[in-house]
Amino acid sequence: MSKTMTPSSSSNTVLQLENISLSFGGVKALTNISFDVKEHEVRSIIGPNGAGKSSMLNVINGVYHPQAGDIYFRGEKRKQINPAEAARQGIARTFQNIALFKGMTVLDNIMTGRNTQMKCGFISNAIWVGKARNEEELNRHKVEEVIDFLEIQHIRKTPVGKLPYGLQKRVELARALAAEPSLLLLDEPMAGMNVEEKQDMCRFILEVNQQYGVTIVLIEHDMGVVMDISDRVVVLDYGKKIGDGLPNEVKNNPEVISAYLGTNH
Amino acid sequence: MLYREAGQFKTTYKADSQIFPILQDRVGMMILLSVAAIGVPLFASEYWINAILIPFLIFSLAALGLNFLTGYAGQLSLGSAAFMAVGAFATYNFQLRIEGIPFFLSFILGGLSAASVGILFGLPSLRIKGFYLAVATLAAQFFVVWCLTKFPWFSNNSSSGVISAQTLTIFGFAFDTPISKYLLVLFIVAGLALLGKNLVRSSTGRAWMAVRDMDVAAEVIGIPLMKTKLMAFAISSFYCGIAGALYAYCYLGTVEPDGFSLELSFKILFMVIIGGVGSILGNFLGAGFILLLPIFLDIVLPFISKLLHLPLSNATISHIQLMVFGALIIFFLIVEPHGLARLWQIGKEKLRLWPFPH
Amino acid sequence: MKFFIEIVISGILSGLMYSLVALGFVLIYKASGVFNFAQGAMVYAAALAVVGFIDYGMPMWLAIIAAFVFMVIVGILTEKFVLGKLVNQPPITLFMATIGLSFFLDGLSPILFGSEVRPINLGIVDEPIQTIMDLTGIGISKLDLFSSGIIILLVIILALLFQYTKVGRALRAVADDHQAALSLGIPLENIWAIVWSIAGFVALVAGLLWGSRNGVQFALSLTALKALPVLILGGFTSVPGAIVGGIIIGVSEKLAEIYIPPVLQDAFGGNFGGIEGWFPYIFALLFLLVRPEGLFGEKHIDRV
Repeated sequence: MSKTMTPSSSSNTVLQLENISLSFGGVKALTNISFDVKEHEVRSIIGPNGAGKSSMLNVINGVYHPQAGDIYFRGEKRKQINPAEAARQGIARTFQNIALFKGMTVLDNIMTGRNTQMKCGFISNAIWVGKARNEEELNRHKVEEVIDFLEIQHIRKTPVGKLPYGLQKRVELARALAAEPSLLLLDEPMAGMNVEEKQDMCRFILEVNQQYGVTIVLIEHDMGVVMDISDRVVVLDYGKKIGDGLPNEVKNNPEVISAYLGTNH
Repeated sequence: MLYREAGQFKTTYKADSQIFPILQDRVGMMILLSVAAIGVPLFASEYWINAILIPFLIFSLAALGLNFLTGYAGQLSLGSAAFMAVGAFATYNFQLRIEGIPFFLSFILGGLSAASVGILFGLPSLRIKGFYLAVATLAAQFFVVWCLTKFPWFSNNSSSGVISAQTLTIFGFAFDTPISKYLLVLFIVAGLALLGKNLVRSSTGRAWMAVRDMDVAAEVIGIPLMKTKLMAFAISSFYCGIAGALYAYCYLGTVEPDGFSLELSFKILFMVIIGGVGSILGNFLGAGFILLLPIFLDIVLPFISKLLHLPLSNATISHIQLMVFGALIIFFLIVEPHGLARLWQIGKEKLRLWPFPH
Repeated sequence: MKFFIEIVISGILSGLMYSLVALGFVLIYKASGVFNFAQGAMVYAAALAVVGFIDYGMPMWLAIIAAFVFMVIVGILTEKFVLGKLVNQPPITLFMATIGLSFFLDGLSPILFGSEVRPINLGIVDEPIQTIMDLTGIGISKLDLFSSGIIILLVIILALLFQYTKVGRALRAVADDHQAALSLGIPLENIWAIVWSIAGFVALVAGLLWGSRNGVQFALSLTALKALPVLILGGFTSVPGAIVGGIIIGVSEKLAEIYIPPVLQDAFGGNFGGIEGWFPYIFALLFLLVRPEGLFGEKHIDRV
């Protein structure tokens, strides 16, 4: 399962991070991080545990606000935003520890991903017949497309709490995709999966990227996966950037090797 | 099972999203509504209508309101009785002070007043959660009742805040018999229940449940937390307000602020817990259960005491009632946290297979 | 001015009484993360047990011991039949279970011990201390002062217990991290039973002090509600917070009761008493908006 090295059709920069520093109290999570993400690419962030990778994603979608540095989204400097605002701008993400809504079914969870697109107010919703029902049907179509794509038709009415871990991760991906994002942030989407599940997930991520043109920023520990599907890689260690470039370049970077003996699973 | 549910396939999403996808369930609901609207007025005694059915419907409505807020949106509220009070007193004042205002408009304005107070006391939910929020709603409960008692304007200068509901007339028709009041309440409650069911299966309901289950994740997928929470408070309080107005106009006739006490708020909360959090049917089951339990105990306990030759004072009966309530809450939380509604579902599942074991 | 000082002192003393009830909450919350809504019902149950046992013919000292045994039994049974069965449930479920428990106790106690209002006689009278009265003209109730002394003593004993004994260390470990404590071999059920018994003891002291002031009546069960604003101010996990919070609530509530009604009465006419009923809650609410974790509480950080 490997990615052919074709030149990217578009080299617009979707995201530019400059000199991002983030600290919590006395702990410096990120120090002076700069890198960019190009449209339609798969950009991986790797590094040992505690390197600050999740914090980096949290900065990108507005959960954390850096004390220093600038973020440019689609060429424009971004002022401080909250996650809901980021979602509306087309940034979707998944979480390391699954953040699904345990009280709802798979279908409802994925439908919540469409919430930003659903415009009916509570009065239309209460009446249901007419505007709300039509909107629900329309969005149901979209959601069913995602369900078909990720092959989870058989569990659509199951409460997510009852699903095995691997399927929950897939539902979370479905929810993120349902929002039709332009930038997708994935935090260890393959953690805890067996070989087959990982292959499936790789296939889905690549299809999302190649077929739908979604830009992907991905945190992952499995070096095989990273080398195979990434266009470019950023390496973090102790909150600092120690590598940035094509997968092969990064793999042979002595600093990276010493900080983080490339683990081949 | 009484009828075969399998084989009724849906070919459109619209059909899949119906409230009662199975034909026999729809028929069953129609029959239930017919019995309620036609059978009851013809055959039920006045006692049953006045003392049991009308309060049953009104409390189901209040429980439904609280369920939106606590069951679906996950914001614990101990102040539902206060919102009922606002609804009752606001309706009274609109009716009293605006010449010639139609009654249904007073009701709606009463509900909207309750909704406004609900939003006000719901504002803290933007910063505080869980038990802390319960304190905010307690503040609402005590403060609102105090205001209604002490500021004479609310009760038209009567002592201790007592108000007497005016005769309900809509389009010239006076609703002053038990049957007419019952039908009005039935109509309003059934209508609001339908609207409520629509709400919770729409994007509004999903947004509430998302905020309940994991508000951080909800925010990340773009759900506006503030708007969603305040909407829950507003709609919940509106429903409680209407329930309060009905409580005053179609049930008691005379109410005072102290009648909407913390005890009533707890009662409504218990209806939601026992009936089933996050379920529309549950509100009716819970209200029925809580209403009928004291009546049941009033009959059973003296019988048992005669059997065991143990004298039972009235005070003891009310103490036993408290114990039973408390024990039932604990029982339901342990055995079936999703309440009677889930038990009902489980019962249906079992019935589908019966008499086969699996 | 004298009147003002009297109000403040009286507020401090009654505030400490709230602190006493809040203390029971803090103990249980610290050790098990459960917000025990039944604490007030426990105060009522303990007080009723004392007067009930006295009615059955026991002398005061024996009645107090018997009441303590009763509270310990209540604690053990609660742990076995309520908390033990709800171990992995979310906190809101446990909270609602304690609401059920409070109703259950409120019904059980009068059946066991009678429901007539009875006084508790501790031998100290609710009268101003004569010497202070003569010197400064300020009235401080002997009973209130005695109560405050007992409360401070109790807090010191509890603090010593937690810091320096083996049991205390175990309790602190459980409060910090259940799993880790389990892996060290600390028996969780025993610990919870101990914590509930200590909370029961605190409830007993509260019942005795409150009961000697106002008589043992049902209103005692509602003291739990007053403790909530105290906990919000002081933080749910802090013993000194309960004290400070109690004092602040006690003083502010009394001042509000004295100084707000005249203003309203001038503006609107009529009687505006009963401010104490809601003021602590609104006060706590406004405080929460500024500082959600209380004065001494732990800040809650959501990790994503």
